[in-house]
Amino acid sequence: MSSLLVSNLTVDHGAIRALSNVSFEVKQGEITAIIGANGAGKTTLLRTLSGLKSPSNGTVTWRERNILNKKPEDLVRLGISHVSEGKSVIPELSVHENLLMGGLWRRNRSDTNKAIAEAVELFPRLGERMEQSANTLSGGERQMLAIGRALVSRPKLLLLDEPSLGLAPLIIEQIFTVVQRLRKDMGMTVVLVEQNAVSALAVADTGVILNLGELIAAGDARYILADPALKSAYLGF
Amino acid sequence: MRELIGTLLIGITLGSIYSLMALALVLVWRSTRVINFAQAGQAILTTYIAYEIINRTGVFWLAILFAVVAGALLGAGIEYFLMRTLFRHADEGPVAAIAPVIATLGLLGIIRSVVGMIWGNEFRSIAPPVSTTGFVFNGQPLPFSMLNLVVIIGAAIVMIIFSFIFQKTDLGLSLRASAFQPEIARLAGIRVGPIRTIGWVFAGAAGAFAGVLVTPNDILSPNSLDVLLVFGFVAAVIGGLESLPGAVVGGLALGIGVALITNYISTVLVFPSVFIVLILSLILRPNGLIGSKRVRIA
Repeated sequence: MSSLLVSNLTVDHGAIRALSNVSFEVKQGEITAIIGANGAGKTTLLRTLSGLKSPSNGTVTWRERNILNKKPEDLVRLGISHVSEGKSVIPELSVHENLLMGGLWRRNRSDTNKAIAEAVELFPRLGERMEQSANTLSGGERQMLAIGRALVSRPKLLLLDEPSLGLAPLIIEQIFTVVQRLRKDMGMTVVLVEQNAVSALAVADTGVILNLGELIAAGDARYILADPALKSAYLGF
Repeated sequence: MRELIGTLLIGITLGSIYSLMALALVLVWRSTRVINFAQAGQAILTTYIAYEIINRTGVFWLAILFAVVAGALLGAGIEYFLMRTLFRHADEGPVAAIAPVIATLGLLGIIRSVVGMIWGNEFRSIAPPVSTTGFVFNGQPLPFSMLNLVVIIGAAIVMIIFSFIFQKTDLGLSLRASAFQPEIARLAGIRVGPIRTIGWVFAGAAGAFAGVLVTPNDILSPNSLDVLLVFGFVAAVIGGLESLPGAVVGGLALGIGVALITNYISTVLVFPSVFIVLILSLILRPNGLIGSKRVRIA
């Protein structure tokens, strides 16, 4: 079943076309990896899906509902949470406050507390640092906190922008393991933007390759990994 | 000793008022990144409203209540109708950052002129609600009166309420999150737009409260709160512009400094010293006295 349908999406940054006529679908309960080099339009795509950026053309439907030009805060209420690029935590707030923030819109504190407990179960290191300022966390812990905050909103669709950026391999593995658990144990749909193509495709069901704002290929992650032409041309290995 | 105690108490009284004004400026700065020069205008208008209510009812406390509510509504109105319009029309480039600030200066002028048209430019006064005779200490009078004590207690209550709201409530967390990282706050589901308006509401209320508290010790005219705006601004900068506790500490430090200079050196030196402190604090402690560090992440 398709849950997110992107059709003919075109996005401009002023005079520069960041995405050109991109179409693909994200299936319910799958991990879809969006890969490509710097400047491929991956982050722009994610920011458009979460409502931070307005497209010039195209449609995006989520569960048969048009979500284009909806605000990010409204999309959270529809079950779409975005972890933006660069460890999206608020360093001035404590770890607990960062997590709590993801549940404020719900107004049901006991449910939010349960969601926080679940996030801490996935990332136990956060539990040891609840009252510390997020500023004191390491890069990996910040990324865990950013994902944890998104999970407290209990998303049905999780948009992750380069969770591996600048992290040690061991931490990347931990984070990807959690992403797989979210899919397997909770049936969450995940869109994972990555430059780290091999790791991303290894955990993904579907791969989407972007290059200079255009869609190059979309399909089963295993086939993309196995395609020598795609590999050498766009994945750089 | 008696003189020093009296001076310090006067300094704390002045400082409480500066702190309230500084809080108002910091709240607006944090919520919309605007230095709100119109704050003095908003406060003068609400102080005249208080003046009218005192004249009609004679009840000072009722006047404070009305002024604070009017200040809150005025803040909301300015954010909603003026600021949002400005943000819509100038949303990119250097103009976007400065246009709202210039607009608040314009608004200050408009409000002052309107107040002058309604109430005239002559000096008026608000009758103090409590005694202005100094307390007696060791058989001798202090310059510190019951009115000053009321000012300190009133300001302290407002600060306690603010710190409770900001540190302990969901609304406070939303306000802080929206101030520090509006984009991440939105991605977490916080409606940043209305939260910004609430920042202006709190600021308007704090400024109105400051205006009514300071005026019984002073005179009332369409620009009688301009000095308060300047001192509140300096206090906010000393405190780092970003931090609410910083605004309070900055206000108290400034108030005590002003009282000491007035009493021991000369009133003439107050203004130059305040501005020297302003510039020194920008050079030496640009992040504020208590160093509310702003950490930028890539």
